[in-house]
Amino acid sequence: MNSARASIAPVEVDRPSGESVTRPDRPWLVVVWNDPINLMSYVTYVFQKLFGYSYQKATKLMLDVHHKGRAVVSSGTREKAEFDTFRLHAHGLWATMQHES
Amino acid sequence: MRRVQRVKRTRRGDFELRLSKQERTILRSLPGQLRELLGTGDPSLLRLFPPAYPEDPELDSEYKRLVRDDLMGQKQAAVEVMEATIDAKRLSEDQLEAWLGSLNDLRLVLGTKLEVTEESTPDIPEDDPNVHLYALYYYLGWLQEQVVEALSPG
Repeated sequence: MNSARASIAPVEVDRPSGESVTRPDRPWLVVVWNDPINLMSYVTYVFQKLFGYSYQKATKLMLDVHHKGRAVVSSGTREKAEFDTFRLHAHGLWATMQHES
Repeated sequence: MRRVQRVKRTRRGDFELRLSKQERTILRSLPGQLRELLGTGDPSLLRLFPPAYPEDPELDSEYKRLVRDDLMGQKQAAVEVMEATIDAKRLSEDQLEAWLGSLNDLRLVLGTKLEVTEESTPDIPEDDPNVHLYALYYYLGWLQEQVVEALSPG
């Protein structure tokens, strides 16, 4: 499994060996969506805890989620994005995955 | 209004939990209820098991199949910790993290049931049939806020 620390910068996509489906070399994005239940302070805390983001960066992402309705919180290979999505789900956040457009 | 601090980090690195008798009474039945609910397919659990690929049912069911047991296991484990420590005066960081997870799961379930929106406020008319559930929902949010504050670094 990849490092838990996420980077917003585009990363090289490692194509898993033995992969039968051809995929474009576009990173997967993990998107967190606004919801009326999760507390703003809690969302900030989860971003810090899961991704090691500073308080400032985590707060900015939380405010993007709150005001713009969504924010990309991490990106990478499908495996990494799925792992991050799972961890966000384990913390009750509404996270989905999509290919970078 | 004077700030009543319910959760406080101690110098030893664990956490003091200063809940009133009344609050313990309110909280006591909740972990058991959540634990039982987790084993059902109740629609109020929707927010606890969200889709990863909302536009691709095939990938999403593969994702759900991969993670569902882990996700369920983590939630069960957390709620069991909360249940076992419901009368505790002190909690370790791991135990408080478990409380945080279960408080959030409880709020997700209640908020889903009550169809809470961004516009919802704690000012619920006394004659609303869900007035007690709303009160519980907002109390849990107030408590969770303090748990987050106590756990937050710096």
